[in-house]
Amino acid sequence: MTDSKYFTTTKKGEIFELKAELNSDKKEKKKEAVKKVIASMTVGKDVSALFPDVVNCMQTDNLELKKLVYLYLMNYAKSQPDMAIMAVNTFVKDCEDPNPLIRALAVRTMGCIRVDKITEYLCEPLRKCLKDEDPYVRKTAAVCVAKLHDINAQLVEDQGFLDTLKDLISDSNPMVVANAVAALSEIAESHPSSNLLDLNPQSINKLLTALNECTEWGQIFILDCLANYTPKDDREAQSICERVTPRLSHANSAVVLSAVKVLMKFMEMLSKDLDYYGTLLKKLAPPLVTLLSAEPELQYVALRNINLIVQKRPEILKHEMKVFFVKYNDPIYVKLEKLDIMIRLASQANIAQVLAELKEYATEVDVDFVRKAVRAIGRCAIKVEQSAERCVSTLLDLIQTKVNYVVQEAIVVIKDIFRKYPNKYESVIATLCENLDSLDEPEARAAMIWIVGEYAERIDNADELLESFLEGFHDESTQVQLQLLTGIVKLFLKKPTETQELVQQVLSLATQDSDNPDLRDRGYIYWRLLSTDPVAAKEVVLAEKPLISEETDLIEPTLLDELICYIGTLASVYHKPPSAFVEGGRGVVHKSLPPRTASSESAESPETAPAGAPPGEQPDVIPAQGDLLGDLLNLDLGPPVSGPPLTTSSVQMGAVDLLGGGLDSLIGGTNFVAPPTAAVPASLGAPIGSGLSDLFDLTSGVGTLSGSYVAPKAVWLPAMKAKGLEISGTFTRQVGSISMDLQLTNKALQVMTDFAIQFNRNSFGLAPAAPLQVHAPLSPNQTVEISLPLSTVGSVMKMEPLNNLQVAVKNNIDVFYFSTLYPLHILFVEDGKMDRQMFLATWKDIPNENEAQFQIRDCPLNAEAASSKLQSSNIFTVAKRNVEGQDMLYQSLKLTNGIWVLAELRIQPGNPSCTVRAPAPTLRPWSLPFVPCQGVVLVEDAVQASLQAWLEPESVRSLKRTFLESFHIHPVRLPR
Amino acid sequence: MIHSLFLINSSGDIFLEKHWKSVVSRSVCDYFFEAQERATEAENVPPVIPTPHHYLLSVYRHKIFFVAVIQTEVPPLFVIEFLHRVVDTFQDYFGVCSEPVIKDNVVVVYEVLEEMLDNGFPLATESNILKELIKPPTILRTVVNTITGSTNVGDQLPTGQLSVVPWRRTGVKYTNNEAYFDVIEEIDAIIDKSGSTITAEIQGVIDACVKLTGMPDLTLSFMNPRLLDDVSFHPCVRFKRWESERILSFIPPDGNFRLLSYHVSAQNLVAIPVYVKHNISFRDSSSLGRFEITVGPKQTMGKTIEGVTVTSQMPKGVLNMSLTPSQGTHTFDPVTKMLSWDVGKINPQKPPNLKGTMSLQAGASKPDENPTINLQFKIQQLAISGLKVNRLDMYGEKYKPFKGIKYMTKAGKFQVRT
Repeated sequence: MTDSKYFTTTKKGEIFELKAELNSDKKEKKKEAVKKVIASMTVGKDVSALFPDVVNCMQTDNLELKKLVYLYLMNYAKSQPDMAIMAVNTFVKDCEDPNPLIRALAVRTMGCIRVDKITEYLCEPLRKCLKDEDPYVRKTAAVCVAKLHDINAQLVEDQGFLDTLKDLISDSNPMVVANAVAALSEIAESHPSSNLLDLNPQSINKLLTALNECTEWGQIFILDCLANYTPKDDREAQSICERVTPRLSHANSAVVLSAVKVLMKFMEMLSKDLDYYGTLLKKLAPPLVTLLSAEPELQYVALRNINLIVQKRPEILKHEMKVFFVKYNDPIYVKLEKLDIMIRLASQANIAQVLAELKEYATEVDVDFVRKAVRAIGRCAIKVEQSAERCVSTLLDLIQTKVNYVVQEAIVVIKDIFRKYPNKYESVIATLCENLDSLDEPEARAAMIWIVGEYAERIDNADELLESFLEGFHDESTQVQLQLLTGIVKLFLKKPTETQELVQQVLSLATQDSDNPDLRDRGYIYWRLLSTDPVAAKEVVLAEKPLISEETDLIEPTLLDELICYIGTLASVYHKPPSAFVEGGRGVVHKSLPPRTASSESAESPETAPAGAPPGEQPDVIPAQGDLLGDLLNLDLGPPVSGPPLTTSSVQMGAVDLLGGGLDSLIGGTNFVAPPTAAVPASLGAPIGSGLSDLFDLTSGVGTLSGSYVAPKAVWLPAMKAKGLEISGTFTRQVGSISMDLQLTNKALQVMTDFAIQFNRNSFGLAPAAPLQVHAPLSPNQTVEISLPLSTVGSVMKMEPLNNLQVAVKNNIDVFYFSTLYPLHILFVEDGKMDRQMFLATWKDIPNENEAQFQIRDCPLNAEAASSKLQSSNIFTVAKRNVEGQDMLYQSLKLTNGIWVLAELRIQPGNPSCTVRAPAPTLRPWSLPFVPCQGVVLVEDAVQASLQAWLEPESVRSLKRTFLESFHIHPVRLPR
Repeated sequence: MIHSLFLINSSGDIFLEKHWKSVVSRSVCDYFFEAQERATEAENVPPVIPTPHHYLLSVYRHKIFFVAVIQTEVPPLFVIEFLHRVVDTFQDYFGVCSEPVIKDNVVVVYEVLEEMLDNGFPLATESNILKELIKPPTILRTVVNTITGSTNVGDQLPTGQLSVVPWRRTGVKYTNNEAYFDVIEEIDAIIDKSGSTITAEIQGVIDACVKLTGMPDLTLSFMNPRLLDDVSFHPCVRFKRWESERILSFIPPDGNFRLLSYHVSAQNLVAIPVYVKHNISFRDSSSLGRFEITVGPKQTMGKTIEGVTVTSQMPKGVLNMSLTPSQGTHTFDPVTKMLSWDVGKINPQKPPNLKGTMSLQAGASKPDENPTINLQFKIQQLAISGLKVNRLDMYGEKYKPFKGIKYMTKAGKFQVRT
């Protein structure tokens, strides 16, 4: 008698039959029928039509039947909301049952029914259950709050359940505490700003106590929660670490990894000289090794995390190389990860062992694995210099096996070895050349061509070799074509006499017969270089290349630090911050490692200080591929990744731009036989472009008459510093609202998404009033304009200089930081006109020493014009008088934080300069110390900017005039 | 947290689904099937698969994929550990975990799953507690239930669930009070061509079967506790006492449980109890190859090696093998190219030997890869690391229990390269 009988159906009318059985008088028959219904449900059959009949069975003393009905309800209530109401009464009744099991069951099931109508009825029973005398009921109710929050967050907040839940953290029963923490964490994840888990030393202490007593799953929740806490000093960090360390001996690997996360994070705060630091390091190794003897799925996740840990703190596992040796029957995903870690751990001490292993792997069956093993040998050579020779001879041994994919892979890595150790291992070239014919993969062919071109002077038949590739030029893939072009040009520069024909041939193939713009462009550049200045060509093409770095695949340090905070999560499996892949990007808070703080120092830590390791520790990573200069010359062996161009590339960039953008469109239609003879000097392109955009910026500034002066957009974040993202922008104030007008340009070669922006605390509390909305992904070379509304309600901190604003912008690639100065006049509010009497009284009260005076030169404005101009920037004229032929304007303005600034403006008609006398603002107490003269200087800038907005070149002015006239607005006639 | 669970058999049918939050359409498994297709073997399906809206985390056991669906950032180890726990629970309940058994007990399975998770949070995963909530099906109980109309579902709150010792139920009574401990060590090793050890480590466990009345408090001490520097404990073990005195002090769960697992790392010298001599030669463009293996004892501390089996995945080019063993039986599957030799006991005076020829594909060049030899064996009454239990004491109860300790050494992943 097994349950499989529930699956057997009579052919006709199964549902009909079940219905009859469900309505049977016999209890036993009813139960059997419900079981059949459940059985159908488990295989995904739709039995929702039976809803009323099943619900009818709900009122029963039989617990099993009740549970089964509840199971059914959870699945189908959503599709039958009206019917689900029928069940409410039973639920409410069950919540009062004397048996805690039934109370808990009822509240638990009710929470699972995702129907809005039911939630109203749920509140009262839930409130009771949260305070139930039985901890089993309380812990179930805690989870129920999270369920309810998922359905109706507002309701949960209104009913005050969140506070009750927070109280449960102090519950006497550790299971209740664990579930409360789990529920709060889940709620907090969907509302990152809510600050639900208010962690302080007291609550941390409670959590640590509960940690020892609750179940393994509860421990995971608590540890993950602890990891979000930032201890106030190293002493506190150490004491938490001490209490967490026993978790490393837990049998549950998830507990172990969560504990590792907490320790890795808090360790950052401990001084390296501390004895405890060393003890902790030693304690971390064994549990990590033990994780590797678990099931393969667990091993995989562990290995991905160990990969991060090894990069952050290589000392932990440096003696454990052997546990990463691959067993032949490991699943492939485990093998590949182990290999990766082996390379990271490779050092002079263990390189012999590692190489022996890698050589062994290179004879295995699995092609992917073998390839990676061969590649690993190359990486070892680059990483451990002493081993390079050994690696090369190992690779040569492998080439002798003549296994096709092994040979190809070996050639690709040998090319990298040449780039790291130039002029050292060229003796092997002969062996490589023997295998020329067997190469059929583009990457290997390109690598071989690169080698031949680079060492053309030592290979007697280099021209023949390259010529042999040239025959099938058009059938080759782009990377081989590009490489062949560069290779032959190199050859020509080295042996000009005999290869002239060859170079002609390849240039014409590249420029005339190819559809590929990259290839054509490169062809033209070479052609032009060679025909105009062969010496320069030599300097460019045969330039000394930067050595490739030891490890090109190291995770960038700031990202690594962030990922360390996410050990044990999906982020650590993907090696991407959660913001890069968590659905909708909601609720993503950037985590950063805590800064090292000694207990003796003050415990204040800057809130949004750029996360990251101290600059000294950052390894000097030169991107091996993809930098523009290298790319242009000869390193185009793989798909280019976006990387910051080298500093020398400004000239080159211009050239690329010019040819890439300008010429390409020119050439597009027509067939040039020879490259164009007169190229536009590179330097001309940019000024024209920027001049034009300036012009447009200005006009738009004028067009918005109600707004104040808008400075043209300036580049805030050059593409070089931000992996291809260029940000330029300006600030505007329009009808009382401040906004930051941004222009984002993607100069990288990959699509950018997931933009977000954040400001550091600043003098005036400027903060984004809305998230940065970039609707579509930003594709390469695309520019998008965004206006970001700003508020002045952010947190305040005095900056140096006062109007300095530090900004962090994030996208899918990285987080970038820059700082900019905002013009003060965006902070001048609309009601800044002071009452005349008040102005007079205040003016007198200001002591003379607080006054500052400055002249604005070349300001050909009359009083009226100046006044109206200033007014548009919210600097108001309170009074005006004429003294001895001079116009005196009394101005007032008010800043967003309520500070008044008064000024006297003296204008002498005919004299193109005016004097401003401004007493320092002293009327309202600053919330922060304010340096008077600095404030005045800023006001000066603001006034100057407002006035000089009129002073553009003639051309712009005329344009402006036409613009204004078209709106029937007559510009102020200038006195000159 | 864990949204849903799908059970998928090796032919790609979803034969059970369970949802703990809202219902996730089973079409989400299509992404899993894609990954399954890409991986040549079931073992190679990656354990974490991203889909546009969900993540699929899976474990593969007993030829069944247990696929969990999650939607938010959840520690993947937590999910994978939980899935393994589900499998263990099924095994505990039904003896075996297979598709027909799960289908036969679908209602119990469903009830158990419901008890294990609530809204994706683990609720009760201790087998002791689960068994009080949902009683495992036995023939007797099924008969009784049919007659009396009672159910498998316990109607009382499990006593252990909230106590300080959640792993133990109260009111346990036995007429024979016994406590057995098995110290089992597995050797994972890679031996290279020449017979020297590349890496060797020991994974040890102490499994216990404790059937004691009341609330016994046990202490277990070792002769050489220093060996245990990398240990994972059952939650019942008091960590403080271990730290300070190197004594295991605990109130045991009732029945079978794993008290401790430990790891003796590659840095300590690990004794290798067997040697394998091999002579496997392929020749270029010859249709015959020679094959010979001898297995013999090495450092066995005077104990007999039993249950020896040798398996090896031969290269594709091997068409057939004609071999003669000096003892035991051997098979070669020409389709999967798997050679297996069931050796049995090793007589130190006459080391077993398997010898003969391989017929190779005519004209083909010799295979690129060398076969690796996989070894299984058992040694009774020996813990190869040298670990020895000193004594077991019981406090808190008056009676005198019967105590037993057993040692065993086995091969784990024991591989010899050729």
